[in-house]
Amino acid sequence: MDSLLNTGRPPVFCPGCSHERVVRALDKALSNMKITGDKAVIVSDIGCSGLFDTFFNTHAFHGLHGRALTYAAGIKMAQPALNVIVTMGDGGLGIGGAHLLAACRRNLNLTLLILNNFNFGMTGGQFSVTTPQEAQVGSAFLNRLEKPFDVCSVARSAGAPYVSRCSSYLDDLPYEIEQAIRFEGFSLIDIWGICPGRYTKRNKLTPQMIDDSIAGNEPFTGVITDNLRKEYGQHYREIASGLQKIAPPVGINTEYVPPEAGRREVIILGSAGQRIITSGDILCTAGLTAGLKVTQKNDYNITVLRGPSISEIILSPEDIGFSGTDKPSVIIALAHEGVEKRKYLFGNLDKNTLIIRVKGVDIPDTQATVLDIELKEQGFKNQDWALASLAVMAKLNKTVSFDMLDAAIKHVFKDKILESALNLINKAKVQKA
Amino acid sequence: MSLCLMEGNEAVAWGAVASGCRFFAGYPITPATTIFNTLLKIMPPAGGICMQGEDEIASIGYCLGASMAGLKAMTATSGPGISLYSEQISFAIGSEIPLVIVDVQRLGPSTGSATKGADGDVQFMRWGNSGGLPVIVLAPVDVADCFVLTMHAFNLAEKLRCPVFIASNKEIAMTKESLDFESLERPPVIDRARPGNKDYFPFTVRENSLVPEFLPIGGSRLVRQTSSTHGDEGYITTDFNIISRFQNRLKNKLESEVGSFAFHESFIEEEAKSIIITYGVTARAAKAVYSIRKKEGRPVSLLVLKTLWPVPEKLIRDKTEKANRVFVFEMNMGQYYGEIMRILPDKKVDLFGQMDGRLISPRQIMEAVGNG
Repeated sequence: MDSLLNTGRPPVFCPGCSHERVVRALDKALSNMKITGDKAVIVSDIGCSGLFDTFFNTHAFHGLHGRALTYAAGIKMAQPALNVIVTMGDGGLGIGGAHLLAACRRNLNLTLLILNNFNFGMTGGQFSVTTPQEAQVGSAFLNRLEKPFDVCSVARSAGAPYVSRCSSYLDDLPYEIEQAIRFEGFSLIDIWGICPGRYTKRNKLTPQMIDDSIAGNEPFTGVITDNLRKEYGQHYREIASGLQKIAPPVGINTEYVPPEAGRREVIILGSAGQRIITSGDILCTAGLTAGLKVTQKNDYNITVLRGPSISEIILSPEDIGFSGTDKPSVIIALAHEGVEKRKYLFGNLDKNTLIIRVKGVDIPDTQATVLDIELKEQGFKNQDWALASLAVMAKLNKTVSFDMLDAAIKHVFKDKILESALNLINKAKVQKA
Repeated sequence: MSLCLMEGNEAVAWGAVASGCRFFAGYPITPATTIFNTLLKIMPPAGGICMQGEDEIASIGYCLGASMAGLKAMTATSGPGISLYSEQISFAIGSEIPLVIVDVQRLGPSTGSATKGADGDVQFMRWGNSGGLPVIVLAPVDVADCFVLTMHAFNLAEKLRCPVFIASNKEIAMTKESLDFESLERPPVIDRARPGNKDYFPFTVRENSLVPEFLPIGGSRLVRQTSSTHGDEGYITTDFNIISRFQNRLKNKLESEVGSFAFHESFIEEEAKSIIITYGVTARAAKAVYSIRKKEGRPVSLLVLKTLWPVPEKLIRDKTEKANRVFVFEMNMGQYYGEIMRILPDKKVDLFGQMDGRLISPRQIMEAVGNG
């Protein structure tokens, strides 16, 4: 098959740059495989390796330094049949380290060609993650302080199923590249080369020295048996095709009349583990069964298993504008942590606010009406206190009725949890407040 | 009417799906994570792709790749993630890659408070790109807006080939609300214009258009994409005539169009000498104040902006025509205020900014407007 080289834009590398050999080898590999330009994309980033995409008549995507693997992932997921070839230098390898690790772990069918010439060519020969410590480079003495890494070992540790290392001067380079492209999964070739513009100005490096050096390192020749596994895209589609489709949300019909008119604000003050948010959800859903507009704002710590948990609910026959609560009809005080976080509320309340307080929870001085309830003593577990308190509200005909609560619970819960929640409400119904 | 209970983030997710979004990638961050969670349930079984990136840079990078490969794409994060997106946002702007970016704002600076709301990224979204070219930013007020504006965001991203931000806020995103889902406005879905059989270069603009047509990477005709300053064919150029034309076009394609997407709500009272201008969740308190003042017989006008960028200057001038005092309320230390001052140099413009994790309340607005 014909070459895919872009004759209008021949390579513009420095004389003696080994990158040009890789350009020609890649072209040969694509030709040998009879891959046409429309079936391949070259994804590149910044640096001399970032010029690669311009030399080919293929699809091309040239982006930011070290991020080529990120674009490649999106392209491959969107176009699974496309041959996605990524070029990166040792510079991109360093700045894009997280993306390299992710690509190795993910095993999406991409081919990464690392044009490893041991320094940043374009910006003045500064040290990269592969620069030897003894090299003289553009970062003065700094490279002497940092140990270079072996990208092949790193890639293997990170789960890459195909890793090879070779010289840009290898006669069989087209074949090496072809093997990597043919591999069904993430493949990486660490291609060592010479940067005459920067690196070999102050350091001696010849093709023979590269060969010797590669021979003296642990060999990487392709398939890493331990890392062989399903290709990510294929695996993703396999799993996704077996998942159940989610239907758009369905509204709740109005069945009941709310026990009180007007806007009602309810604040549940509790602690993690008391199912405060879930109970807020149920109160909102109960509102929907009576055709009310509702909002629910929750407040809890990032550490989800301890600390305060607060739910602020508004139910109103009118559209709810401001979703903050300043005149609560009911405050349910279930735990010290929640009360502490909203202690500034209590001083401003008048008798129109009902505070339902579980025994043992201290609250600041207040003019509000306080109703003390015993939940533990009546056999309710801590995790059920919030829901039981909603039943107390229903019993008092405050904001919500038992019909609304029952209907809400049937909407929110299923199976066993539904059964136990209904039992809990029934238990609260018959006990004295 | 039947109502369901939904938070703003879920509504964004459903809005994306209704717009034909087929690709989402994100990195977990409160308060944006529930967009990812929701789409992870909806999209994979429906043939879409939902990915968790190794970081924010990667997440938006996947989206750029997928978008150029032909899929409608969205990502979501909060302020700390927008910082990391920045370089890729510049790429999307300069290389005309359609993308919806949801910024569920939280209290900054920096990692700030993950579970507290703010509108602190309003100028950051606009200017957080190298080159300073314009972007589109839409700001929802409630859960319904989260759905509808996400649909508009996709349409604008597709039509104008640009990144479009949704400037959400923890207070909308994670507040659940009753919603008549079935009756929501669903604007007709717009897809990227394609060249048909005509000659094609990736960045050629046809006569009477400011936006290049789109072909996907991976299609039968070769497509080049590049983050470099480029000419029509997508190769790097140093020709200042080409560069100048290109920069002007990128600016004009958004700024000349803003009149067609100046989303807003306005409540203009003939006899009111004062007008409140606000956006985002604060608009909800402002609406309450508008109603109270009207009932009291001393009306104040209200303009709620839902398109923040490009600044809908004509809209703002028109709506404030009768007012001599303007009160700007925002959940930051004063960001959009500067734009209003710039547009209305002859009016007295006051700022009330609050960024401490609390909502600006109707009471605070009443006090700030005072007898104005």
